[in-house]
Amino acid sequence: MSVLATLVDAMARYLVTGILALTAALGASAQDEAIPSFKSVDSIEARVQGCVTCHGQSGQGTQNGYFPRIAGKPSRYLYNQLIAFRDGTRKYPPMNYLVAYLPDAYLKEMADHFARQRPAFAPGQAPPVDAATIERGKAIATVGDPARAIPACIACHGAGLTGMEPGIPGLVGLRSAYITAQLTRWRVGDRRAAEPDCMKRIATRLSEKDVAAVSAFLAMQAPPKDASPESANLVRMPLACGSQH
Amino acid sequence: MKLVLRLAMIGFIAVLLAAVAWWVLRPGPMPHNPGRVAQKQRGTAPNPTTQTINRGEYLARAGDCVACHTEPTGKPFAGGRAMATPFGNLYVPNITPDDETGIGQWTSDEFYRMMHTGVSRDGALLYPAMPFASYTKVTRADSDAIYAYIMSVPPVKQKNRPHELRFPFNKRELLVGWRTLYFKEGEYKADPKQSAQWNRGAYLVEGLGHCAMCHTAINALGGSKEAQAFEGGMIPNQNWYAPSLTSNREAGLGEWSTRDIVDLLQTGISLRATVYGPMAEVTYNSLQYMSDEDAEAMAAYLRTLAQKDTGPAVPSSARLVQPAVMESGRATYEKQCAICHRTDGKGWAPYYPPLAGNQSITMASPVNSIRMVLNGGYPPGTRKNPRPHGMPPFSRILDDEAAAAVVTYIRVAWNNTGTPVTPAQVNELRRLLPE
Repeated sequence: MSVLATLVDAMARYLVTGILALTAALGASAQDEAIPSFKSVDSIEARVQGCVTCHGQSGQGTQNGYFPRIAGKPSRYLYNQLIAFRDGTRKYPPMNYLVAYLPDAYLKEMADHFARQRPAFAPGQAPPVDAATIERGKAIATVGDPARAIPACIACHGAGLTGMEPGIPGLVGLRSAYITAQLTRWRVGDRRAAEPDCMKRIATRLSEKDVAAVSAFLAMQAPPKDASPESANLVRMPLACGSQH
Repeated sequence: MKLVLRLAMIGFIAVLLAAVAWWVLRPGPMPHNPGRVAQKQRGTAPNPTTQTINRGEYLARAGDCVACHTEPTGKPFAGGRAMATPFGNLYVPNITPDDETGIGQWTSDEFYRMMHTGVSRDGALLYPAMPFASYTKVTRADSDAIYAYIMSVPPVKQKNRPHELRFPFNKRELLVGWRTLYFKEGEYKADPKQSAQWNRGAYLVEGLGHCAMCHTAINALGGSKEAQAFEGGMIPNQNWYAPSLTSNREAGLGEWSTRDIVDLLQTGISLRATVYGPMAEVTYNSLQYMSDEDAEAMAAYLRTLAQKDTGPAVPSSARLVQPAVMESGRATYEKQCAICHRTDGKGWAPYYPPLAGNQSITMASPVNSIRMVLNGGYPPGTRKNPRPHGMPPFSRILDDEAAAAVVTYIRVAWNNTGTPVTPAQVNELRRLLPE
């Protein structure tokens, strides 16, 4: 079996090298990030080909604004989401269907894989909103709204918005359509996290306008040089967060 | 006066219903001639040994009880799961041994009567979503072992949710009619002309495995004909096609090696094909736990089921494809599919299945091929293949024309014997499936 596997791998490499050379020669098109590709059949890269048409080869996301960048988010966050999709506690039918019959250990391996990736970021989105809205979004993201007990995004998602180990996702590199959708789902109780669910407390205090403003602002942000999540507990978090335990 | 008349009428109907109920609920016959082995096993039932409970757990897996009787994040066997049917939603009952809300007070006799005749402890007729038409073939000894296992799991206090079936299907009395038409009671009878292995396989496939629930078509009344056993059909409410097990043009295994069949059932992947859709669930929850002996027995039986090619061969004229469609399909295939399924369609078996000569792709119904292209899929993670390779959804990348062209391409390329599909067929499934 191992001889066969080696042989198969060698053949796969040969084929892939050819395809890569061809792709390079033709010049990379905008959709290439969504085309399945791997170097060795018996590898985690080959195994996560099921993800690439929506999340890109390295989890960088694709042109479709709704599919999030998953590369470099903390592994535990990604794992929690995969478990939630599998068990139906986070609802998105295409994802629920794909991971329905995958064991914990394998989902952990997939999460670890995408957490390790550091692909380049797509350019920030030009916001289709006015300057006042951007200002409002910036205020929520960087200082929060103390009058309504809304903490700043950066208080937990990191100064560079790259998230925090082990369970808080980076926000940089996400598009406004995705952020708006998630905050809205949290507001209406459709998406939830481990209790105490701090995002629920925050999202339910945000108005629809706030959601649009903060999503537009976040989608404009350029990534820091090192897009790794912050280490845990460098800062004290303003709200207790079930995902950090 | 009118009131008295009405009351009398109601009373009359109640008596009539009670009479019908009594007739229906009269105790079913006990298995005749239990024989020495069964007698011995039955003797152990009142005081279940570890061995019996272990065997019961194994058999409960063969019956895939957990798949329906457990909610995804719920406690095992506590029920509550909604089961969509063409007649409305059924809510699967709690079968943990809780005295109030589960089956804690059931005796092994009552459990066997339920398995064997589809009649609940309180005399209610079970809806045939419970596969008692298959479980009736289960022996008393096996039923007792499953009972012993179920009694040994943690009891969960969780009330059953009432079904939400439309009139008239919410009238259980009507099941008398269904049972007359479609239910044949009786334990599996071994075919003396066949080997012990074949009979064991038939017992598992026709009984606990309840394969007929999907692989035999059901009609508008939720019934199926014995003459059409295992001939395939659309699975209601799931928009998947359960292929025929009797035709080698579909999922018939007549030309497969035992090894490949066992791999497909137990592992979820094989050199010839991969399980997906509803079958992935069956392998995940049930078949991966089957012993090699039992999987081989099922293979032996399944191979003999498939001795015919249903219907006439597809004429080559039906396989004609417009050159432009073929070229469009080929171009998409080379760009998106060939990395895994390879230009020659042979795949990287068993990790990425071959498409050339794959019955699942060439069979008359293109539903499953279209769905795989639109939705992708992962085979189940199993003990023998815990890290399966998966396929991404292409619904956002390929429009109806492009998807139809590439499905057409794989159905006719490499001497595959399928027929072209139309963009309208793709569109129909795209609209049915949640995004």
